[in-house]
Amino acid sequence: MKEEIIIAGFGGQGVLSMGKILAYGGIMQDQEVSWLPSYGPEMRGGTCNVSVVLSDNKISSPILSRFDTAIILNQQSMDKFENQVKPGGLLIYDTNGITRHPERKDITICRIDAVEEAAKLGNAKAYNMVVLGAYLKMKPVVTMDNVIKGLKKSLPPRRHNLIPMNEQAITVGMNAVVEVK
Amino acid sequence: MADKVLMKGNEAIAYAAINCGADGYFGYPITPQSEVMETLMKEKPWETTGMVVLQAESEIASINMVYGGAACGKKVMTSSSSPGISLMCEGLTYLAGAELPCLVVNVMRGGPGLGTIQPSQGDYFQATKGGGHGDYRLIVLAPASVQDMYDFVDLAFELAFKYRNPAMILADGVIGQMMEKLEFRPTKPRRTDEEVRAQCDSWATLGKPKTRERNIVTSLALDPVVMENFNIKLQKKYAEIEEKEVRYSTYRTEDAEHLIVAFGCMSRICENVVDMARENGIKLGVLRPITLFPFPKKPIDALVPQLKSIMSVELNSGQMVEDVRLVANGRVPVGFYGRQGGVVPNPDEIYEAFLKFIK
Repeated sequence: MKEEIIIAGFGGQGVLSMGKILAYGGIMQDQEVSWLPSYGPEMRGGTCNVSVVLSDNKISSPILSRFDTAIILNQQSMDKFENQVKPGGLLIYDTNGITRHPERKDITICRIDAVEEAAKLGNAKAYNMVVLGAYLKMKPVVTMDNVIKGLKKSLPPRRHNLIPMNEQAITVGMNAVVEVK
Repeated sequence: MADKVLMKGNEAIAYAAINCGADGYFGYPITPQSEVMETLMKEKPWETTGMVVLQAESEIASINMVYGGAACGKKVMTSSSSPGISLMCEGLTYLAGAELPCLVVNVMRGGPGLGTIQPSQGDYFQATKGGGHGDYRLIVLAPASVQDMYDFVDLAFELAFKYRNPAMILADGVIGQMMEKLEFRPTKPRRTDEEVRAQCDSWATLGKPKTRERNIVTSLALDPVVMENFNIKLQKKYAEIEEKEVRYSTYRTEDAEHLIVAFGCMSRICENVVDMARENGIKLGVLRPITLFPFPKKPIDALVPQLKSIMSVELNSGQMVEDVRLVANGRVPVGFYGRQGGVVPNPDEIYEAFLKFIK
């Protein structure tokens, strides 16, 4: 198994931490992982992305030309990454703020209205976990158990009380994801 | 499994320093390596191992604090990124001239000048050919993974003390900022005063016992004959390092007809290029220098007879390629591909450049 993912959106949406939790989940099931962020000034409010690789074997390049999955959370990222999804790959996007919907015919496209779902949960900060849930429904590369173990590893102990809420948000995302085509 | 964690390369440097028994870290923050000191400050090793962690007022102060600590036989280090390393170059040549062991980590960013905070390998010349003045060399290790960042800290200190020479870890923004799985190694305690004396009594300023003359740490000799003899001794040491400490790795070079030479993050990107070439029936391999000084001349030389071409791939305008050309010495065409100013090429564009070169 080898899954190459790009997660892209605005700084503050939890793009980097979503990638980190996914990568930790991968470690929990003994996969090789790499997590490479954009670390420039874009972190301070502009666009932000992270590429995550999960693999059964040693990972060569953490820098990629094409991805198995693109998780896209704003229009700039749609413009940049839609064409970098491998044929047959997966594109998941949040419609909020998207003015031009994806047009590729050779990939699976899914929508997740994560802003709305997170608002329904009463916790806007759970946004990225809703998106993660949508992804894990489409590609269960990491089990829920291992995501929770990953959360425990990446959150400081004083924040472990938030884990049930995060788990709930992931489940919500799993149920809310819609395959567009 | 329990001791496997997800960590940034910069954080790995900090944990490795504590775990290998370093005595002191002196630094000044700069992107993209600020997590080194951040992590040390968070871990507070002064409360556990007794390691000193100090934010100096500048890079110049940091490197001279390293000089002071090293002169006392202590295991001391600093870290910075390209512009900060330029500021340290005077200190580096003094450390080399005084034959002091220490570790300097450079997480390179794009230059020249203040440049950019994005990744680069533009300091290859500075690290391997000088930076500071005079005929000196640093032992230069180039990590390509987060695990390397961790493992090379201890290795660099071991080599630095073995040869009484400053060692450098030459990383780039990609390796510093990316997270990967890391396995901690068995920890080493800090050396006791007795152990420091046993290891460094012949040269370090540990206080003068009645049994020997004073140790003087200096790089100054006004008598040119004395200075020439010292230089000859230094060159002998560097020759010995070139003989004994070359480290490198290869990927699919056994039957290779074409070779890419690349270090750090570029070597990993080029492994993907090799796989792409092999899928298309082109026998390509990668040789990754792990030590940039000493440069793996012999391993490349040994491959030349089977090769039709060599290409050096770097995040700069072509620096290591000069060393590759010296080894090839006209026997096989040597090409170059690189991006500059903080741009990192992806495997596709390197493969395209490679195809254009061999055509």
